[in-house]
Amino acid sequence: MNKMEKALHELGEMDDLAAQDSPIHRLSPLAKLLSTILYIVVVVSFHKYDLSGMAVMLLFPVLLFQISGIPVRTCFYKLRIVLPLVMAVGLFNPFYDRAPLLTIGSVPVSGGVVSMLSLMLKGLLCLMASFLLIATTPIDSLCAALRKLHLPAMLVTLLLLTYRYVGVMTEELAVMTDAYHLCAPGQKGIHVSAWGSFLGQLLLRSMDRAQELYNSMQLRGYHGHFHYAPGRPFGPQDALYTIGCAAAFLLLRFVNAAELLGRLVVR
Amino acid sequence: MIEFQHVSFSYEKGRSVIEDLSFRIERGESVGLIGANGAGKSTVMKLLLGLLSGEGKILVDGIEVNKASLPAVRRRLGFVLQNSDNQMFMPTVYEDMIFAPLNYGLSREEAERRVDDVLERLGLQELKYRHNHRISGGEKRMAAIATILAMEPEVILMDEPSAALDPYNRRIVINTICGLSQTKLITSHDLDMILDTCERVILLDRGRIVADGPADEILRNRELLEAHRMELPFCLAGR
Repeated sequence: MNKMEKALHELGEMDDLAAQDSPIHRLSPLAKLLSTILYIVVVVSFHKYDLSGMAVMLLFPVLLFQISGIPVRTCFYKLRIVLPLVMAVGLFNPFYDRAPLLTIGSVPVSGGVVSMLSLMLKGLLCLMASFLLIATTPIDSLCAALRKLHLPAMLVTLLLLTYRYVGVMTEELAVMTDAYHLCAPGQKGIHVSAWGSFLGQLLLRSMDRAQELYNSMQLRGYHGHFHYAPGRPFGPQDALYTIGCAAAFLLLRFVNAAELLGRLVVR
Repeated sequence: MIEFQHVSFSYEKGRSVIEDLSFRIERGESVGLIGANGAGKSTVMKLLLGLLSGEGKILVDGIEVNKASLPAVRRRLGFVLQNSDNQMFMPTVYEDMIFAPLNYGLSREEAERRVDDVLERLGLQELKYRHNHRISGGEKRMAAIATILAMEPEVILMDEPSAALDPYNRRIVINTICGLSQTKLITSHDLDMILDTCERVILLDRGRIVADGPADEILRNRELLEAHRMELPFCLAGR
């Protein structure tokens, strides 16, 4: 199995995860989408120095991992490429903000270090929440939920088709990579001299495949409007979940639970 | 049911792929469209489906194929693609099967009933909620046929339905095609399969019809087939 086939397999695994059964999987996609959006908004709204307040927000993904039965390592494995990028966002903060903000023992910690850690945590939490949403909700149901929130149909269709076409493009890339390596045994990667024609061929082949797929859709009556699988309807338990999440997030946003707990312990 | 009247088509000016093609297929007929590579088989299919437009007239159930009539024409035609991966683009077999009925205005309940009927008829119930990327090539081909049957088309068009299948799955597909009552137009290089599934054969060469008649007659004519870069079906070759 080459790298591209592995990527394709991983993409398929996301569909498999979303098809599992757990109390979280059984929730309405709209409830999950709303709570995730709210979670991300709340996490992003924390002050750059409020690291302790934000740390408590870790409870939400931890609970979801436990209830949904999705292994945490799967999340980190699938996010392995994007995580370092997110982590790198605040890397230069310690150089710009050098004023000491707190001391740990006798070691002063600058505001830049705290804001860097805060940015890293924000990124990590948002990624984990997004992963959990996709891993517990089939893409079609998610699109249906987005439409219920009155997102433009064109945008939602674009999202769905992009998700589908990533697989098509990866398939073509897998075939081409295999063919290249069979003609260039012992060579690591693709030689820089072949990059241009390789990318050009990939584009042409993907366009051909995409055209075939589009023809197939048109021949089955598609005229720009997708009928998304509606998923579970929004019931009382979904309302309870959404309201419960919203209340918890807002409470954790305005009451620093970590600080309160710390004070209790110190007393 | 299907009528081509003096149809011509060229991708480039001066190089005709289809030239003055005329034939008629009656309701319920099963016709094999055969010919060597580049004979124009796929182009005929695309013209019929309105994916390409050329000169001359094409009629489906009395409706002329043109831009305005495409929805009505395509509703009557079900096309099984050669590459099932291009046909099965939804996550599961069920979602792919329900795609066309929903597009044609059926309620989700009606569409689901239709999907269940087709799956039961083809004995594919266990495929219903399977993920498309997890099923075998043979299962995918059968699922692609089921997807088209869920549309309840009047005509079924098939492009190389037995391509890349092992003998066991090929036989299943052939038996399934034989069991379909709709009008069928099948293009294939698998002449044994054409012999099994079609009572009539149209032989194309360089965009022209060179023979049109009973399958049993044309597919036994070694001279005719060899003159047009074809061979006798294996079962008739006597090897």
